[in-house]
Order: sequence, then C-alpha cells, then structure tokens
Amino acid sequence: MKQKNRGLAVFTFLVFVFLLGPLLIISVTSFEGGSVLKFPIETFSFKWYENIFKVNMFLTSFKTSIIVSLAGNLLALILGIPAAYALSRFDFKGKSVLNAVFISPILIPGIVLGFTFLRYIVTTYHFPIYTGLFIGHTIIMLPFVIRVISSSLSTFDFSIEEAAHSLGASKIGTFFQVVLPNIKSGIIAAVMIAFLESFNNVDISVFMTGPGVSTFPIQMLTYVETYFDPTIAAISVMLMIITAFFMFIVERLMGLSYFTKR
Amino acid sequence: MRNRTIYLLLLPGALFLTIFMVIPILLTIGSTFFNEGSFSFEGYLHYFQDKYFIGILLTTLRVSLVTTFICILLGFPVAYYISKVGTRTKVLLLLLSIFPLLTSSVVRSFSWMIIIGKNGVLNKLLLSIGLIEEPLNILYTPTAIIIGLVHLFLPLIIITLIGVLENMDEDLLTAAESLGASRLGVFTKVVLPLSMPGLVIGSILVFVGSFTAYTTPALLGGKQRVISTFLYQNATTLNDWHTAAIVATIMIVITLLVTIIMNQIAYKINPKG
Repeated sequence: MKQKNRGLAVFTFLVFVFLLGPLLIISVTSFEGGSVLKFPIETFSFKWYENIFKVNMFLTSFKTSIIVSLAGNLLALILGIPAAYALSRFDFKGKSVLNAVFISPILIPGIVLGFTFLRYIVTTYHFPIYTGLFIGHTIIMLPFVIRVISSSLSTFDFSIEEAAHSLGASKIGTFFQVVLPNIKSGIIAAVMIAFLESFNNVDISVFMTGPGVSTFPIQMLTYVETYFDPTIAAISVMLMIITAFFMFIVERLMGLSYFTKR
Repeated sequence: MRNRTIYLLLLPGALFLTIFMVIPILLTIGSTFFNEGSFSFEGYLHYFQDKYFIGILLTTLRVSLVTTFICILLGFPVAYYISKVGTRTKVLLLLLSIFPLLTSSVVRSFSWMIIIGKNGVLNKLLLSIGLIEEPLNILYTPTAIIIGLVHLFLPLIIITLIGVLENMDEDLLTAAESLGASRLGVFTKVVLPLSMPGLVIGSILVFVGSFTAYTTPALLGGKQRVISTFLYQNATTLNDWHTAAIVATIMIVITLLVTIIMNQIAYKINPKG
C-alpha cells in the first residue's frame, strides 16, 4: 500500500506542477527588465508594474469593470436574496421550473448569452453598451448568488423565524432582523464569488465594447494581440493576489465544502 | 395568501431574467427558422452541408472529447490521492486546486503562450537538452487549445471527484480486500462504480465547458477556429447575425443534449446517485 501511495504522490505532485507551473512562470516574467517577455528573466525591474498605471486603456477599463461588477452584484443580491429565500423556504407549484430559470444562466453557453445580449439588449431594446454590460453581468452573477445563499439558508433553522413571528415581529421585520443577520457570511461569500465571476468574464463582455467602453479582461486580450511585453504578466500577478485574497475570505466564511459540492 | 408572498419574492428576478435573457434566447432560436420572412430549415440544411462549418464543429467536438479524457485520466488519481491524505495536506491541495479555478482565464491561457510559443520555455528546454533539433510548432494548433483547456478544467474535475470520493465508505474497500479482491479488483469493482456519478458530472462540466470555451481557443488557437470563435467572428467582424444565431442554436442544442444524455447514463449506472 505504501509503495502505491508513493507513486500516487509523485503523480499528484507532477499534476500540480502542470497546474501551477505556468502561473509561477508568468509571475517570474513580470519582473523582466527588458521589453520582451521571456523566461528565465535577464534583468530585474518593477517597471512593467509601473507601466500598468501608464496605459490609459487599462485604467479606464479597470474602472468600468469595477463599476459594472459592483453595480451588477448589488442588483443580483436585490433580485437573488428574495428568490433564494423563497426557493429554500417554501414548497409551491412551479418550484422546479423557477429553480431552473434562475440557474439557467450557467447552463446556456456564455458566448451564446453574449451574442443574444448584444443583439437584443443593445440593438433591439436600444440600451447603451454600458447598461448592456450591467444587465448582462447581473444575469451571470444571479445563479452564483442564489446558489451560495441557498446553501447558507439550508443550515438556517427556520423555526427561529417562526418564533420571532409568533412573538409579534412583522414578516418583513423578521426577515431583516432575524434571517439576514444569520446568513451574513453567506451573503459576503456570494458577493465575492459573484464578483470574481463577473470581473473575470470574457464571454459576455467581448460583445459589449464600444467607443471608450470595454472591460478589463477584454483590454488584456486586445493588448496581447499587439504587444508581447511583460505588462500582462505584471497585471496577472496583481489579479492573482486579488484572487488569493478573495479565496481565503470565502474559505473563512463558508469552508471549502462550497467548492467541492456539485 | 402565503402563495402570493412566495411569488412576490420570486417575481423581480424571474421578470428580469425573462425580459433580458429568456425572451432574447427564444427570439434568437426562432429567428433561425425564418429566411426572408418565410418558415424554413434552409439555414440548418445549408450549414450541415458546408464543409468548412462541419470541419469547425468536428474539430471542436474532438478537442472537447480529448480534453475530457485527459482530465479524467489526470484528475481521477489526483482526486483519489487527495481524498486519502491527512486533513492539513488535503486543505492545502484543495486550496491549490481551487486557486487556478478562480484565476482569470485570460491569465491562465496567456501563461501557456509563454511556454509553448516558438521561442517559449518548452522549446528552449527541449532544444538545450538536445531532444529536438527544430523548435516544435505547438502554439496556434488544436493541440495548444487542448493543453490550455486541460489546464483550465482539470481543477474542476479534481474537486468534483473529491466530493464523491470523500463520501465513499472506507469499510467497503477493506471488506473487498479482506474477501480476497486484488487491488485492481477493488478499484474496478468498488471504487470506480461508486465514483461514477462524480465522474459523469465532472465529464459533463469539462466537455460542455471545453465545447463552449472562448478565451482559450481565441488566444492559443490562432487561425484554428472552434465553434465559439466562429460564432463571435460572425456576430461581430462579419456582422452575419443569421449565421451567428444558427451557430448559437446548435451550441444550445448540443450542450443540452450532452447534459441530458449523460445524466440519464449516470442514473442508469447508479439510480441512487
């Protein structure tokens, strides 16, 4: 048994080298002093990190991405929390259909969603591109918000709510004073997971570009088409630091079980 | 009265999704059956006879299938190992699997451009140890797309399988062994059947994810089109919305079919799973 485990351990190690090696290599290349991306690096410098803040298209698109993700996140919470509550708390006619509708943005290919958003929200409904981005990102965040909050509600004891209610608290009052505080960590985790999902999104955002409007990942793609300097590597390192930070917070709030559950 | 409250809670979200997603999707699918105002299947007949389009569709299916197989082959042993190690190592390995999953797909695909490019890390390494004479052309081929997709989806199948393998009753394995089953026997007769539901769900996620992925083929595929980059090209650069709508519908149908059929298979194998 021991012998077999050693072989398995080596195999696992090699697979993790494959998974994390590229991320390590891109991190190292971000410190290159020359103007061509290479590994191993020849001279050491921080100048490509400085360069991120000098490229205008990165600054404006970063702002756009943050605004779209935060505003979309807020709307997804406003629409998603009541829905998650109703779907986990009650049994009613048409529940499975509604459940499917709320989860469907994950099931439909992202690139298909992006195309239909461009065709209908922007072209047919005549919303500006910025609003289209906001609506599209709200839609892709909704399933994540509903999933995380539902799983948070599944451990909530609804008899507490009934107790508060029988002691004279109003329905709405009970919800805000009893239910919401109890699922607070679930809501924060939902915000973080949905934010990452939206901020990293390419499939929807790639269709929603216009004069002066574009999201951060789309600008990264555009930049890579023309330049092969370490700026993207420097950006990658900064994004990975943010991702790691978010991951640790979600782990603290929900544990790792959220990720392994399907 | 109670029912009214429930529907009021669900209404805003359902309405939002209906107006901005369900109706646009239905209109997109509907539009593919009309050619200059009259009902016809012409669009589909045309594309299923078009060698260029069929080529793209088959390449995409092949790439997704190969990616799924590699992910299972690499992911299953790793998930099995992680489910068996001590808690602290397990948490560390889980975090290391989840981290790439949450990292931007642009970053992850781009990192492979540095590695498999003509002057990339891999070619430099192989040339310096004398394994090859000429640099390998991997970047901008279907192989590059497969490498990128395996990197993208391997963590997904690992953590899905860990969820299933952790719940497996250790006593069953001991029982099988003490009753004289060989190690291979325990694996094929006990471990594998019990992990089927996880394998099927994981395979659906990887296959559908690879079939519809955009960023990885766009960065690593070069001129090699897959179905999602073909849709994008028609919708934006070529402004051919009729074609884009047909491709979108084909993508929806194939992903739904794969998901439904695979779920049926999983149910047949293990009705309780």
